[in-house]
Amino acid sequence: MALKYDLQEVEVWDGNYAAAHALRQAQVDVVAAYPITPSTAIVESYGQFVADGYVDGEFVMVESEHAAMSSCVGAAAAGGRVATATSSQGFALMIEVLYQASGMRLPIVLNVVNRALASPLNVREDHSDMYLGRDAGWIMLDSFNAQETYDLNLCAFRIGEHRDIRLPVMVNQDGFITSHTAQNVRPLSDEDAYKFVGVYEPVDELLDFSKPVTYGAQTEEDWHFEHKARQHKALIDARPVIEDIFAEFEKLTGRKYNRVETYMMEDAEVAIVALGTAVESARVAAKYLRDNEGIKAGVVAPRVIRPFPFDAIRTALEHCKAIGAMDRSSPGGALGMLFNEVSAAVYTTASRPLVTNYIYGLGGRDLTMENIKDIYRELKKNADAGHITTKIQQFVGLRGPKLEFFETRRS
Amino acid sequence: MVEIRWHSRAGQGAVTGAKGLGDVVSTTGKQVQAFALYGSAKRGAAMQAYNRIDDEQIITHEKFMLPDFVLVIDPALAFTDNITMNDKASTKYIITTHLSKDELISGLPELQDKKDRVFVVDCMQISLDTIGRAIPNTPMLGAFVKVSGMFELDYFLDKMKKVLSKFPQKIIDSNMQAITRAYNEVK
Repeated sequence: MALKYDLQEVEVWDGNYAAAHALRQAQVDVVAAYPITPSTAIVESYGQFVADGYVDGEFVMVESEHAAMSSCVGAAAAGGRVATATSSQGFALMIEVLYQASGMRLPIVLNVVNRALASPLNVREDHSDMYLGRDAGWIMLDSFNAQETYDLNLCAFRIGEHRDIRLPVMVNQDGFITSHTAQNVRPLSDEDAYKFVGVYEPVDELLDFSKPVTYGAQTEEDWHFEHKARQHKALIDARPVIEDIFAEFEKLTGRKYNRVETYMMEDAEVAIVALGTAVESARVAAKYLRDNEGIKAGVVAPRVIRPFPFDAIRTALEHCKAIGAMDRSSPGGALGMLFNEVSAAVYTTASRPLVTNYIYGLGGRDLTMENIKDIYRELKKNADAGHITTKIQQFVGLRGPKLEFFETRRS
Repeated sequence: MVEIRWHSRAGQGAVTGAKGLGDVVSTTGKQVQAFALYGSAKRGAAMQAYNRIDDEQIITHEKFMLPDFVLVIDPALAFTDNITMNDKASTKYIITTHLSKDELISGLPELQDKKDRVFVVDCMQISLDTIGRAIPNTPMLGAFVKVSGMFELDYFLDKMKKVLSKFPQKIIDSNMQAITRAYNEVK
């Protein structure tokens, strides 16, 4: 029987430690991991919890991230509650197995502590790894601070393990800015947290010898399409289930999560759409500009990246005039992911707001309050002019000559 | 919001110091942030750690700050780091040094016009005498408690004991001595 951990009402935890405690409280059966910066402390702390008797489950040390996710797949198929953590190159090495996990409908929880991808080598934060995983068929949640990392980890087990979903779930947090920044966190007691997550109920577990099953069968053109279509449908249909679980979490904690988080959008003329810690910084800037410059600014952020909240994003944004979609990942010869997906959503509205794309913060480059205010001021100019007055894609916080691409044809 | 910047070398405990300060501040009901810029820095490399303290939840995540306090816990960094970077007319400096305040400032012309806001304390010697190792972070906390006036010394010591509770009693005691000495000696 696992020991109870003595927690204060308010702890000062960083995102990694908050995630480790959530995994401990969920009483995970198997954590298989190969540590990598900046996610290392999640599995390091978890290993300490196991060694100190706070966890009944197994901690499996493996030889690579590919092996880590493979072990997670095996343990989940066997019938256990399973979780792990990784970042960047480690995430890249897991990719092949991520598709296996979602295709086999295994509810694994993966903490992704977002970090740049080499080359050049860089341990600091951006969303390259997050973006790399977006077609892997996982549910993807995004936290903007350590409290949210903790909360969303508890929700992730409930969502992934839900009978109608049965899919793996990623919980993203920004490397260093969240993972290594200690802030006030209000944890649940061990009892309350476990009661919320619930006892794991295996489905088609390999270790049930009375009912033999096959995982990872070959299908070819006969059945592959039907399998993938069902998987996609399960993701899209997960939307109301996620909302129900968030509502239940709010009843327990008073902390409300939504598939799309909005800030001061009721009467907003201009809006920033972002992910990670930039969302909270943008809220500070929006409030400042409303109070000091009369710019009706707001912030919209996908809390659930997959299934993409096409519907809720559209509802949040259709009444504003100009939108800045901010991508913290090298767009690799295209417009940024958020720009493309947000544009697609608002294109199907009657108002069709003006959307521009800002690339920022690659490899840990600071996103300053001044950067964000300048973006809002540009958006305000677009809103007033009724057309896009800048290039469509701009790089923010980059040294050297301004880098910007593409012009509007809607002037 | 109160903002604090620590100048340190990796391994001297600035991150632990910043987190320890955050732990104690949180017990007063305030909101805190403690973070560092170190990435893959190696032991001995110059690095910076940061605290933010506020009554409201802290939701800014920019690394840039205009510090209210600059805490320098390595004596040489006062000379090699740009410790006055982004400072304000009210920024207070607490600098680890074996020099007197006048001697220190004569070597650091950029502090000349900030004299009234510069405080010195020998965290290195204090930590060697009390803890037995050159770990200048806890003495700096004692000096900060005095200069900032943010806490009563006894309150801070009591809360810090809880933060350090997983360590052996001897280590807790020596840290308490280090904090107390720096509190009394900073000038």
